[in-house]
Amino acid sequence: MKTLVYLVIGIFFGILMYKSEAASWFRIFEMFEFGAFHMYGIIGSALALGIIGVQIIKRFNIKAVDGQDMHLKPKNKGIARYAIGGVLFGLGWALAGACPGPMYVLSGAGYVSILVVIFGALVGTFVYGLLKHKLPH
Amino acid sequence: MNWIYDPWPWYVAGPLIAFTMFILLYAGKQFGMSSNLRTLCSVSGAGKAADFFKFNWKKERWNLTVMIGALVGGFIASQYLSNNTVEIASDVVKKLNSYGINSAGKAYLPAELFSLEALSNSKNLAILLIGGFLVGFGARYAGGCTSGHAISGLSNLQLPSLIAVIGFFTGGLLMIHLIFPLIFA
Repeated sequence: MKTLVYLVIGIFFGILMYKSEAASWFRIFEMFEFGAFHMYGIIGSALALGIIGVQIIKRFNIKAVDGQDMHLKPKNKGIARYAIGGVLFGLGWALAGACPGPMYVLSGAGYVSILVVIFGALVGTFVYGLLKHKLPH
Repeated sequence: MNWIYDPWPWYVAGPLIAFTMFILLYAGKQFGMSSNLRTLCSVSGAGKAADFFKFNWKKERWNLTVMIGALVGGFIASQYLSNNTVEIASDVVKKLNSYGINSAGKAYLPAELFSLEALSNSKNLAILLIGGFLVGFGARYAGGCTSGHAISGLSNLQLPSLIAVIGFFTGGLLMIHLIFPLIFA
């Protein structure tokens, strides 16, 4: 039953990413070219509602379905890992034109070449795991 | 019935992304897509090579299920709900044409990079591999991607997420404005 719920959430998210064109390489390029408001509108409105909603959750101490606190733990402190990791991610996001969520969506949409991108992302994740202790965080 | 195939405007898509995040929070989980890459490494036995991958990945099965759902959603949307063409701004199309990407405005992904024929070109293959590598490496280094930092983290007013998102856009702008002209010259 729980598995089915997560599957439905995923299907909803997948349709959403594809239909909003957030999974399109062209939309990512257009965003970094400041060619249209579309992507900024998507991220901005999601964020505005997200901030309001999280404030409401905290103000009224709303719990998750199992009665536990919602997963809103503060991120670990630091600057280097977020700045360097962030820039590297951004370079890849623009080059491949896809972030992780849309990668899965595009593979379902039948774009075989996205599997090369996913393979690269898995290798990148693996290499980070190997180098983690040698990198500034 | 054409409206079925029309793309969703930003003011529909953005609120629905927030809804996705809240549904996952209500389920006691968090919205973050790149964690699945780490889990997949773990499932494949990467724990033998690095402690980073030694964790109980079975606890992350819910997120792998979301990932598989996203894949199914991509199939449904592309097959039944879309004409698989993305109309972007005309001056952006012109710019892409000058880079030799003539499928701009006529496809969902650039055929010049993502078609099967393009894969046999080693330069295109390198673009896809390196792009993916940077996404995977950068997301784990930064501890999250667009969903984990730009949506979840910033919604929770996390300074680390703000630094990461500024990084995402710095990297993206560097790639498009400084490196693309070199790659596609």
